[in-house]
Amino acid sequence: MSQQPQSLSIVNKVDSPADEALIAARKARYSPGKSTNALGRYLWPVSALVLLLLVNLFMDASFFSISYQDGRLYGSLIDILNRSAPVALLAIGMSVVIATGGIDLSVGAVMAIAGAVCAGMLVGGNYSLFTVICAGLTVGIVAGLVNGGLVSFLGIQPIVATLLLMVAGRGVAQLINQGQIVTFQSDAFAFIGIGAFLGLPFPVWLVLITLLLSQLLLRRTALGLFIEAVGCNASASRYLGINDKGVKLFVYGLTGFCAAIAGMIATADIQGADGNNTGLWLELDAILAVVIGGAALSGGRFSLVLSVVGALIIQTLSTTIILSGLPAKFNLLIKASVVLIVLLLQSDVFRQHAQSVLKGLKGGKA
Amino acid sequence: MKLSTILATGITLSCLSVNALALTIGFAQVGSESGWRTSFSESVKAEAKKRGIDLKFSDAQQKQENQIKAVRSFIAQGVDAIIIAPVVETGWKPVLREAKRARIPVVIVDRNIQVGDDSLFVTRIASDFSEEGRKAAQWLMDTTQGNCKIVELQGTVGATAAIDRAQGFNDVIGKYPNANIVRSQTGEFTRTKGKEVMESILKAENGGKGVCALWAHNDEMALGGIQAIKEAGLKPGSDILVVSVDGVPDYFKAMADGDANATVELSPHLGGPAFDVIEKYLGGDKNIPKLISTTGDLFTQDTAAAEYQKRRLQ
Amino acid sequence: MQESVLALENISKTFPGVKALQGVQLTLRAGEVHALLGENGAGKSTLVKVMTGAMRKDEGTGRMCFDGKDRDFTSPSEAQKAGISTVYQEVNLLPNLSVAQNLFLGHEPKRFALIQHSRMQQQARELLKQFKLDIDVTAPLNQFSVAVQQLIAIARGVAMKAKVLVLDEPTASLDKDEVETLFGVMEQLKSEGVAIVFISHFLDQVYRISDRITVLRNGQFIGEYITAELPRPKLIEAMLGKELQAMHGQHQPGCADSVDAPALFKMDKVCVKNSIENMDILVPKGQAIGMAGLLGSGRTEVCRAIFGVDSVASGQMQLADAPLKPQSPAEAIKAGVALCPEDRKTDGIIGPLSIRENIALALQARLGWWRYLSKAKQQALADKYIEELQIATPDAEKPIGQLSGGNQQKVILARWLATQPQLLVLDEPTRGIDIGAHAEILNLIKRLCHDGMSLLVTSSELEELVAFANKVVVLRDRRKVSELSGEDMTPQHIMQAIAEA
Repeated sequence: MSQQPQSLSIVNKVDSPADEALIAARKARYSPGKSTNALGRYLWPVSALVLLLLVNLFMDASFFSISYQDGRLYGSLIDILNRSAPVALLAIGMSVVIATGGIDLSVGAVMAIAGAVCAGMLVGGNYSLFTVICAGLTVGIVAGLVNGGLVSFLGIQPIVATLLLMVAGRGVAQLINQGQIVTFQSDAFAFIGIGAFLGLPFPVWLVLITLLLSQLLLRRTALGLFIEAVGCNASASRYLGINDKGVKLFVYGLTGFCAAIAGMIATADIQGADGNNTGLWLELDAILAVVIGGAALSGGRFSLVLSVVGALIIQTLSTTIILSGLPAKFNLLIKASVVLIVLLLQSDVFRQHAQSVLKGLKGGKA
Repeated sequence: MKLSTILATGITLSCLSVNALALTIGFAQVGSESGWRTSFSESVKAEAKKRGIDLKFSDAQQKQENQIKAVRSFIAQGVDAIIIAPVVETGWKPVLREAKRARIPVVIVDRNIQVGDDSLFVTRIASDFSEEGRKAAQWLMDTTQGNCKIVELQGTVGATAAIDRAQGFNDVIGKYPNANIVRSQTGEFTRTKGKEVMESILKAENGGKGVCALWAHNDEMALGGIQAIKEAGLKPGSDILVVSVDGVPDYFKAMADGDANATVELSPHLGGPAFDVIEKYLGGDKNIPKLISTTGDLFTQDTAAAEYQKRRLQ
Repeated sequence: MQESVLALENISKTFPGVKALQGVQLTLRAGEVHALLGENGAGKSTLVKVMTGAMRKDEGTGRMCFDGKDRDFTSPSEAQKAGISTVYQEVNLLPNLSVAQNLFLGHEPKRFALIQHSRMQQQARELLKQFKLDIDVTAPLNQFSVAVQQLIAIARGVAMKAKVLVLDEPTASLDKDEVETLFGVMEQLKSEGVAIVFISHFLDQVYRISDRITVLRNGQFIGEYITAELPRPKLIEAMLGKELQAMHGQHQPGCADSVDAPALFKMDKVCVKNSIENMDILVPKGQAIGMAGLLGSGRTEVCRAIFGVDSVASGQMQLADAPLKPQSPAEAIKAGVALCPEDRKTDGIIGPLSIRENIALALQARLGWWRYLSKAKQQALADKYIEELQIATPDAEKPIGQLSGGNQQKVILARWLATQPQLLVLDEPTRGIDIGAHAEILNLIKRLCHDGMSLLVTSSELEELVAFANKVVVLRDRRKVSELSGEDMTPQHIMQAIAEA
């Protein structure tokens, strides 16, 4: 045998993938390549946010001023952080659902249900705060798992499966409240919406904690990778032995959990549960936040941080419109225009096109 | 129970006629989609009972076809008159013609209808949104002697209630040179949005110093605004006056607590005026205007505690 | 002989990185059925798409002469108007419209711009009568079986009154009688002077209906033959690219042929619903077993059954003395099976993810979501295999979708090697890979075998099989027909076993 293969021994060596010396040797090689990639993804959403904030500064010089009163920071920037909390929470959940190629239209309704359950318990019985919060979270997770079950085990298209709960959910919330806006007196629960800790509004803390925990759960375990794999190519993922149904069930459950927190913030904020209006249309803002953050609706890569940046952009925009003093009828038009510009800036095709047009103009003048 | 003088005369009138006629009246209600709608239905039923009217009540569950069916069955039963609280504005012509042929008078309440032929119904009884705006503005001008920087929380952009309430309010303050609206934004009729918008407005208006009053197109937004004012470290009801429209129980409680100042009630008591008109019409008086406006009363902190107790029990 | 209706000469079509067609020719004559044959990836569908305007040929190459004129169709509708009608393999009609609407969509009988529904239905009934289909033409299409839908799709092609009718795998979902009906219609059209292109993997049907055969292989024109004059082994030779006499597969397996190696994997009388029947396969420990057969012979189905993609209806499988009953790939992987699937693009690579992630994923899936391989560990794993399998890439962060076919295949191999499987199943590992990478993959298989891995490998390239396999199993019609080893294991013998009618 002239071509006797050399004994490179691929099979035997596999035992020690974690060879420490090897890791150390490779580490240097892999870090720089990654960072340039990440920078590109962060560039446009973050610069859009900065630009919007600067517009505000231009309109109102006191925009960036933050004062400290009654044990909390006070100012427009803090308001933006505080007000963006529900959408940011929804966007965290929505990111992972969209990463699997799905979508969850029911998050707004789940907010309403969770809020209604909490308000109902605060008014109707003598439950501890802990029980009330647990009940709210449980309801959200159950709602999410129902969505996930419909999508993964019954194979219903995500947009249809979650549309069911989007429509029925508000009915459920109203049923819990008997169609009324239930208001409650509970300073402890209200703290979730209007309290402050170390100067920052409590909802901001909730977003930070949820973001941190989700980031740990998704990026310090293999879940994030599985989610991206399923979103990129579900069939290949199955051939890899990934439990794609389990992954889908999980992401909808996580979204339900995030929606429940958002619902409790919204309910605690006004100390009342309004089945009709709590979280109304926020699912669309959440989807928009994820898209502004640069994720593709077809699934694949996701970034929780960028989705939260997306939520901040949307809220900054709303605040800007209110501060501008323009008549209310222009609100939607302005919002749509700015979102369009942000999305165009993110589009490689558009940027290339714009560059070539600009070059052409310069060339023409010269 | 609160009854205007018109209503009071209505009762006396009806006492006279009931004995003679013992009317049967069909009432096609929209459904029971809100608390206000429920009180509206209850009020009509109570009013009918008081007058000895045999009321045939139909709940259409927000569907026009159910309402049309109900009206047809009223006609078949040969009722003396029909009251319709329409779900939608259009599509009423055929069934109203049938009623006309059967010589049954029809009264429209609450929402409007479009039939192009005024003779198909006797009259429409509805809340006058711009009158509500005027009442709220007049109270505010009287209280502040016409010196007031006002912040406005509008209803949903394009809603008739929002447009007309703003119109009525502006008509009145236009007469006072020292009163003007400094900020106006939509709070979409919800508490959440009302709070959020008020927060931002207060920031833009130098922390709310110099703002004299909050004018909200409904109580829900006003309640959100009140929370925002409190969180900004100001006292709603005194630092910033709060006036709005609706008269929901929560708002009466806010007034009783001193956080809000006034509200114009959106009256659910449309039954009385409707029965009045029907009795007048059946009594031979065909000279009835095609639109009868009702406007609820303005309530202030003085009666708020008592009203809250009364309404909470309802 | 009849004159040519459509002549394609020297057609080339290049996709980024792949030459799908290189100087191919095809001549269609009126009143003839012309079979277009070749293994998957030979360029049949690309040629059909160029012919019907769904794709443009490379600029400046070749010419297409239709009806005596030079033409270059820019869209399917243009080709259709000119008289080329195509029925694709997958039924692409509108499931919610009625049968009649589907048949005449786009050219409905009209009067004063209004569709005449009753006339349309009447015509539809008459048309379907030719196909012996007596069905309610007003019922929506999706109420009928796939076979009926296929016939309707063909009827639609026929209804266009085309000069050229292209049928791409029309018989795949039809039963015997339906195939006969279809052939009847084809005979009828033939006598009317229509030129028909017939693409099929069923050689019996090709011999039954076609007048001429054009064979493509790897995007190249191999030859045009008159069916009656072409013996079956010659045809297979042309399709698989081997000349029987010249073929002397050099038998150089990575591990010694050994008769008494203990069995690692056993398949015993395994049946899968609508698939393989009574399959017996044995893979001895540390040996490489080849599987040969034409497309649809059951080789992919065997791989799927072992990997738990399709569930076994009857019979047993055994891996390392334990019964193997995988209900899902995850279970098969746990038991120690790995599969590089045939369709690399849809079942193998996860295109947007990096090489590092693609390599780490299978091991990660086996470890479970909780026992996370840190990025550094993934990186070490990736770097190790990039080096050892010589994957051509600047770094491990490059998305796998941007690699060439050969390198993608190496990444997928690496992914499975990382899980340290007992049995490695490779389904057509060299398909769609350029010649250089071909040899590398083969050497890899040999090396793996040398290092003690047990492999089951399918391939259409018989020479390859003979080169590395210790034994070759031959499949035909979803059954095992022969097992060759030692002296008998030559490409000629394999081919004879495949071709035996």
